[in-house]
Amino acid sequence: MGRPVAIIGVGQTYHGKRMDVSYPELVREAVMAVFKDTGLSPEDIDGVVSGTMPSMMEGIALTHFYLADAMQSAGKPIMKTETCGSTGVSIAHTAYYWVASGLADLILAVGHEKMNEGDSQATMTTVAEPFYQRYFISGAPGVFSMQSQMWSVRYGISEEKVRDAAAFISVTHHEDAFDNPYAHIKMKVSMDDVKNARIITYPVRLLDVCPNSDGACAVIFASEEMVKKLNRKPAWVKAVGYRGDEYFFGDSDKAVWESAAQAAKEAYNQAGIKNPRKELDVAEVYNPFTFQEMLFYECFGFCGPGEAPDLVLKGTFTRNGELACDPSGGTLCTNPIGATGLIRVAEAALQVTGRAGAHQIPGAKLALAHAMGGVDQFNGIMILGSKL
Amino acid sequence: MTKEYKTIKTELRLPYELAYGATWTRFFEGMKEKKIYGTKCPKCGRVLVPARSFCPRCFVDMGEWIEVSQEGKLVAWCYTNYRYFGMPTEPPFIGAQINLDGTDVNFLHLIGGFDLSNFDEVRKIVKNGMKVRAEWKDDRNAHIMDIRYFKPL
Repeated sequence: MGRPVAIIGVGQTYHGKRMDVSYPELVREAVMAVFKDTGLSPEDIDGVVSGTMPSMMEGIALTHFYLADAMQSAGKPIMKTETCGSTGVSIAHTAYYWVASGLADLILAVGHEKMNEGDSQATMTTVAEPFYQRYFISGAPGVFSMQSQMWSVRYGISEEKVRDAAAFISVTHHEDAFDNPYAHIKMKVSMDDVKNARIITYPVRLLDVCPNSDGACAVIFASEEMVKKLNRKPAWVKAVGYRGDEYFFGDSDKAVWESAAQAAKEAYNQAGIKNPRKELDVAEVYNPFTFQEMLFYECFGFCGPGEAPDLVLKGTFTRNGELACDPSGGTLCTNPIGATGLIRVAEAALQVTGRAGAHQIPGAKLALAHAMGGVDQFNGIMILGSKL
Repeated sequence: MTKEYKTIKTELRLPYELAYGATWTRFFEGMKEKKIYGTKCPKCGRVLVPARSFCPRCFVDMGEWIEVSQEGKLVAWCYTNYRYFGMPTEPPFIGAQINLDGTDVNFLHLIGGFDLSNFDEVRKIVKNGMKVRAEWKDDRNAHIMDIRYFKPL
């Protein structure tokens, strides 16, 4: 670890189908929010990190150029970090590295996507090369369905049980989203609604899947000196972990997902966490698909392999449970992809500083933020704490 | 009522010609001859399919070419019933990971050869671990879709 780094402020847009604003205007909404939150202004910022999902989501290449004005980056160094779905956490890592290195004191990190302006699955499928994998993966839902299906069979979890647990996750996250002012999908759903919804990519049904959201998130990372000078309540970066797999989907085991497990292990080692379920107060797990969320619980050591569905059904990971997972409603209810991982980080920061409002987990001191990307290829983690 | 603002409709179409290199070329020529080729890593000993020029774990050149079995075991699958712009495979279809006999990774392709229109019927047929075999098209073009699908045995 380099020198201490903290998050001192966050800003989000109201996520949803935002055809009321152009893409730069949407990004500016988040940037203005973080400046309002911190009382800082653009001239205080040493550098800007930006990121999205693959270019062509909005039909414009290198969007950090297009969005430079909205991020007030003229006259400053700017970087783009792009790791597919895990982009948001990678942006946070980049900003962290920059401040931790001692080369900057205040870095603005901005994640953004306007999913409703293009065809998200057509864009995402271009992550797979066009001579082998692209014919078979059927966008993000196809990849994650295959993975979840492989996992449940591996551990002998009955189809009924995994279906019930996934439906429970959908019901509770949709409820949680009502308490998050920025969440996209706010609707009441019942277990039966989820289980009878239209099949998208079996076993995944419509209410097991995240929406296409337009949204942006901005976060300011600061050195210890700046935290003291500005007298801000900090969310300290306790750890970062990032791991990748080989490119081809079939080349590594996705039921025992090493990149997810190793990214978490790396972060736990840095933060000195031995029993994550006990020690963490909140986890913002990247959960675009209900089934996959359970697999992450196991990869992150919240429970043993194959145990997640039983614990989910017991309520272990609800807002009032032993380890609150995605109290914001998570990715399942809001997914502007390039922003999504950074929203996980921002939510974790709000939780450990006691500023999460109606979805605050009382007394939260240690929170995990996660995002995943590629054809099941990358996983990134950031752990934030209320104390240095 | 919120005001509706204007939008602009636009489209991108860009031509590409991707180089296969020697290894993919040989692999796809094999497809034309109804053969599935893998390569064996001299260091870790794994048989990887499709054939590679180097091992992604050991980073050494692959040596031995192996014509792998056309039969294997279904490891993971998903029934796709939605579409997106430019989708290269017509839904409904079943994407699958297949562990071809004698290989150490999963091969990605389709499961088919039966009626896919009714999912409840599909669910009765497709089981993890079942044996499947490659069914070839008559008209082959040195392409991954020269295999029509893998059919349950």
